[in-house]
Amino acid sequence: MLSLLWLVPALPFAGFLALALFGRRMGAFAAAVGTGSVGLSALFALAVAAGFISSPPPARIYTQSLWDWINVGGFKPGILLYLDSLSLVMVLVVTVVGFLIHLYSAEFMEADDGYSRFFAYMNLFVGSMLVLVLAGNLLLLYLGWEGVGLCSYLLIGFWYRQPENGAAAIKAFVVTRIGDTALAIGLFFLFLNLGTLDIQKMMNMAALRWQAGSAYPEIAAALILGGALGKSAQLPLQTWLPDAMAGPTPVSALIHAATMVTAGVYLIARTNVIFTMAPAVQFAVAVIGAATLLLSAASALVQHDIKRVLAYSTISQIGYMFLALGVGAWSAAIFHLMTHAFFKALLFLGAGAVISGLDGEHDIFKMGGLRRQMPVAFWCFLTGACSLAALPLVTAGFYSKGLILFSAWQSRRAGFWLWAAGIAGALLTSIYIFRLVFIVFFGKPKTAVVKKPGPRIVIPLVALAFLSIVGGFVNMPAFFGVKDVFSRFLESVFPVPPQAASLPETELLLETVSAIVSLAGVYVAYFFFLAAPEYSEEMARTAPGRALGKFWFSGWGFDWLYEKALVSPYRWFARANRNDAVDLIYSFIAAASRFFHYGLSLSQTGKVRFYAAVLALGAVITITIAVLAR
Amino acid sequence: MAAVPMEHVFVLAWVLFITGLVGVLVRRNLLFILMSVEIMLNASGLAFIAAGFKWGQPDGQVMFIFILAMAAAEVSVGLALVLLAYRQFRSLDADQASRMRG
Repeated sequence: MLSLLWLVPALPFAGFLALALFGRRMGAFAAAVGTGSVGLSALFALAVAAGFISSPPPARIYTQSLWDWINVGGFKPGILLYLDSLSLVMVLVVTVVGFLIHLYSAEFMEADDGYSRFFAYMNLFVGSMLVLVLAGNLLLLYLGWEGVGLCSYLLIGFWYRQPENGAAAIKAFVVTRIGDTALAIGLFFLFLNLGTLDIQKMMNMAALRWQAGSAYPEIAAALILGGALGKSAQLPLQTWLPDAMAGPTPVSALIHAATMVTAGVYLIARTNVIFTMAPAVQFAVAVIGAATLLLSAASALVQHDIKRVLAYSTISQIGYMFLALGVGAWSAAIFHLMTHAFFKALLFLGAGAVISGLDGEHDIFKMGGLRRQMPVAFWCFLTGACSLAALPLVTAGFYSKGLILFSAWQSRRAGFWLWAAGIAGALLTSIYIFRLVFIVFFGKPKTAVVKKPGPRIVIPLVALAFLSIVGGFVNMPAFFGVKDVFSRFLESVFPVPPQAASLPETELLLETVSAIVSLAGVYVAYFFFLAAPEYSEEMARTAPGRALGKFWFSGWGFDWLYEKALVSPYRWFARANRNDAVDLIYSFIAAASRFFHYGLSLSQTGKVRFYAAVLALGAVITITIAVLAR
Repeated sequence: MAAVPMEHVFVLAWVLFITGLVGVLVRRNLLFILMSVEIMLNASGLAFIAAGFKWGQPDGQVMFIFILAMAAAEVSVGLALVLLAYRQFRSLDADQASRMRG
């Protein structure tokens, strides 16, 4: 069973090749190829998972070496697939959610010109993402990392005829590139100091050679963190994600919510040994996570565009994952990654159904009353919203977020403040997502529904709604008496977090608090946006309300700041240096030789007597010099 | 033997040389250019002989023999070229043969 592992990433790549080469002639068949390859890949992933769980390989690690990639002077990274429980979880999330979103796209993108191109990019993305999570060494991981970045760029700019989509794609590419550069330097640093890029060897070597808390692990962790910040859209590199919503909605669901943006979380979890040895950087991870989740939750509160609300929500939820990573709750982060993949994909797909149902309307204030007109989309979206808001007991988000908050509380460094940020974020989350639900699905209808979702849209929605409920039951808090299956499953990968007297009573109390907070958020949203919208409008009309709303709407002015501080000076410099100062030397040489060329070709008159005269003159001059110089 | 003053010989050689050079520069007929070159060669030959005589060295005469041989070769090649040029351009005007203008 396990030996089928190589097929899991190979199938999407095969699908990509087929679509790239023959896609134009396939027509509607392209969807079958694109969806089928990922579907088969998901089946093989399930088979591998079944094999992995029923008969675990030794040490719960299975590696499959496909071939040597490079072999130069002791530097020998192979195409090596590495499967442990962490990568297994990631593979399942990527293939299953990926398959559902491909199925959804088959209907969603039907009328589009670039139908086969879309599936080609999507398959390439799934393949690259699988390479990323299955990579046994950091170089292969980096290949997948860049591959998903490329696909993200291609798919954000998928509708390339509108220039603003191209600009959004370039922005996403450039901003993530800043992080990628840090990661690349991190790889050089690690290879230079540890002599290998094989992740497991590297971790062992790091534990042997480096002192915990010394400069080496801190630098390495900071560089890896830089890469993760860019990819996962965390402060201060978060500005690209809201603009990335220019891509088609399934892309936002798959790449910019469920999988690619969580790659940073995966990377940090994968290199957890280094982060454990670098307490300062690890604390920074937690603080960045807490700050990001608060800032972007506040921004999500005031957006008009349904997809931008969800984009800020994604940044905020990844902030929770970073918070968990920062306090050493590795499995909690991965748990939230998984549940978030389910419910955020669901929310995006539901939003996509609404958008296409209203003929491309993105503004939530032009929607309304869709509860009756699009019941399936409503119920599914509501399920996702409940899970995101972490409504108690029945939703997946409740369990994963509760675990993160509990871990933050236990953290020895600023535990209370991290927890407080998390709980405040939970309140905001609950408010903004139910604001969306109440505005879009309740109230009076404002725009006519032109298209009802067909079966290929409904099936993924229902499946993801199911997962958004059930996904949480694999890891219950201790006081339910059910064992935390998920955390135990990941135990072979992550060090057990230092339990500071984990009292079930404390956990029960904290879970109760977060349950109350999320319900309170729902009520606040109900009160301000459905029952008495005049209050919220009144608040938005006051001067501070307007200023704050504008500030939050623009994402805390980060775009403005970067525009002023970085983009404008760079543009100015590029314009000022249009003729390239360094180039002047070379263009001078070129101009001089051109001048002499024309001058000398003028002297080439073809007249023998002229040549003879010049010759004689030259002889006279030479002799004169020879005589006089004596 | 009444000695001819050395200066006279050199003045004569100089005059001959200048005459030849002016002929080369001024005449447009290829044949005349060739003849002017011959005059320049002979002027330098005369200077060699006079110089050899003055210092009692045989080298001057040796050089003159070389010049004679070279002049003979030059004339044969030169005349052949002139003949070809005439066939090509139907004229002996040196300025007509200016196709190599840059």
